[in-house]
Amino acid sequence: MTAVSDPSQLSDLIAEATDTRVNLDFESEGMTLNMGPQHPATHGTLRIVAKLDGEQVISAEPICGYMHRGYEKIVEVRTYPQVNALINRIDWLGSFANEVPFILAAEKLMGVEAPPRAQWIRTILFEMSRVANISLFLGDFGLQLGGMTAGFYAFRDREHVLNMIESATGGRFHPNFDRIGGLKDDLPKGWIADSHVAMDKLLAFCDEMEDLLVGNEIFQSRTRGIGVIPADIALNYGLSGANLRASGIDWDLRRDGCPPGLVYDQADWKVWTHPDGDCFARTWVRLQETREAAKIVKQLLDTIPAGPVMAKVPRIIKVPEGEAYVATENPLGEMGYYIASKGDLVPFRVKIRSASFNNISILPWVARGAYVPDLISILGSLYFILGDIDR
Amino acid sequence: MTPLLASFDPPYWLSTVIKVLVVGAVVPTTALILGVVFLFKIMSWMQSRLGPQEAGPRGLLQLLADGVKFIQKEDIAPNGADLWVFKAAPLVVLSSTLLLYVALPASAHLVVEDLDVGVFYVLAISSLSVIGVLMAGWASANKYSLMGALRAAGQLIAYELPMVLAVIGVVIQAGTMSLNGIVFAQNGGAVFGWTGIGNPYILTQFIGFFIFIAAVQAELTQPPFDMPVAESEIVSGYQVEYTGFRFLIFFLAEFATAFVFAGIAAVMFLGGWAVPWLEASSDWYYVLGPAVLFAKVMLVSFIIFWVRFTYPRLREDQLQSFAWKFLIPLALVNIVATAVLKVVF
Repeated sequence: MTAVSDPSQLSDLIAEATDTRVNLDFESEGMTLNMGPQHPATHGTLRIVAKLDGEQVISAEPICGYMHRGYEKIVEVRTYPQVNALINRIDWLGSFANEVPFILAAEKLMGVEAPPRAQWIRTILFEMSRVANISLFLGDFGLQLGGMTAGFYAFRDREHVLNMIESATGGRFHPNFDRIGGLKDDLPKGWIADSHVAMDKLLAFCDEMEDLLVGNEIFQSRTRGIGVIPADIALNYGLSGANLRASGIDWDLRRDGCPPGLVYDQADWKVWTHPDGDCFARTWVRLQETREAAKIVKQLLDTIPAGPVMAKVPRIIKVPEGEAYVATENPLGEMGYYIASKGDLVPFRVKIRSASFNNISILPWVARGAYVPDLISILGSLYFILGDIDR
Repeated sequence: MTPLLASFDPPYWLSTVIKVLVVGAVVPTTALILGVVFLFKIMSWMQSRLGPQEAGPRGLLQLLADGVKFIQKEDIAPNGADLWVFKAAPLVVLSSTLLLYVALPASAHLVVEDLDVGVFYVLAISSLSVIGVLMAGWASANKYSLMGALRAAGQLIAYELPMVLAVIGVVIQAGTMSLNGIVFAQNGGAVFGWTGIGNPYILTQFIGFFIFIAAVQAELTQPPFDMPVAESEIVSGYQVEYTGFRFLIFFLAEFATAFVFAGIAAVMFLGGWAVPWLEASSDWYYVLGPAVLFAKVMLVSFIIFWVRFTYPRLREDQLQSFAWKFLIPLALVNIVATAVLKVVF
């Protein structure tokens, strides 16, 4: 750089340099938007650090752990029945479904099998928690896209299922009903007929949601072609559940690898897939799944066999030494428990594979280039429960 | 001037005080009515829940209780806020609402100022509120606020145009820009020579009515056009940093504006304060006019709020393309058709 002697020339140069820098700043400096941990669209305490250019997302990074409760460590000092009460709180909208894979894994290690009646009721309650979970998703997704009424309808009609779960198990949200070797209790009187009525109401609710929300033109313009996940990317990120099926992959653990202890083969039902992989596909697949789940419940209700609901198991449960992994198709996707036992009252180590953690890991990939409102569509349609991410 | 009012000719200062008091009393009252009737009662009815039940008979005083609560709250301003602008912003928004009420006629003489260019005045004043919104968003020193304010600015400017164009059809048909003149024209009009119900312009200007309601919905930032205050995206946008009394002012302004826009829609498309079987010059309208207008306002508000409770929200760019690619061409076609038919008939 040459020396500048004339002060006026110097000031010109400074002004020019400042101009350049300002322009550069305008060009390159985006805005970092910190969504959460207290943001209405994150269902709790997920934090998303989004780098924005105007309204366009350059990168979005989910930061989880604000609700970490250390279940994998706590269960090492809890007996198996105690663990059962604890893991209810992982996916709190479909609590009963959390218990089942753990109990099945423990049963597998102990070599006991629940009597047929218990298996039937287990499957029914499992599907009921799916209906309760996903029906709330449908309403909540509407709520996030600004359609308030759908949310309230979902809360209203989910109550029918929760009432049935409550009357069978005693717990509206956290049943803690599954036991190693069977169930805590038999069904109460009149429960089967009431459940039929409740499932009919939920099927009507699905029709209503299809009219009100999924068929709505604004809803479709907000979800179609938004957040497209191709099949190979979905597989690479380890998505499961409806998120995977919405990308066109026909894979459902209830059909392809149902662990013994659940009786999905006794009902006539269908796995729905959608080729698009966008937000609409995910919603649509979930809507169909709710219907299928209600149908499974209705079919199984009619064929519950008689008999005891509890196999013969020792009063104090000690699981023999060994390792077992059982995964089931939970409302949010594949959920599995890997239990390593040393023959003690408590498990030596439990690894929980929960669906939401993997499902949310695709967010940086899928959110790139989307607009901020699309980010909400994507987050909502990926459907995660914070407890299921952080455990 | 009718004999009733002819004897009452107050000095300028007194009439001004009366007008200010009337507007000052009407604005919160209408906001309260809309809030209770639609936000609480109709909304909870549509969403199959009870709504407020405890405060007052059937929970009707809930909004008053809320208002008292808001007034009691501490007036908090964020650290980085531009304090004066931050505090003035809600007042700017409210003043635009207050000024709108000036032109709304409740009968031939029950109007604060019967302006010859009432339509023009209303449309001009209604775009003032965007300044307050921008002030609020900028001064809050919050990223969500800023995004909300910019969205609001883009949206309000985009929807001013279809609103103006929708109204032009009415103005062409009535041949006047005075709101009272439009009411008289509708009351004395005829549908293909049949004078049975006058000529409420919703019959001929139904396209204009649709565009006007859509634009009003956007001006009020209500679903499906509520991106500036989208609570699930940008956490209520420009309102996010406001608490207590200042938030209450935003709330008041929103509902009072909804009322006055519904009133303007009623005046321009539904015959305003007049009923078809009674001459518009009748003295009965001193008492009947406000009641008729109120009923029509409630009807229009019901449509506005029904849409609000039902639809999801559009995205910002979809909203813009809806305005520019659909509403404005439609409004232009409507104007051309109206003008041609006006000349032909």
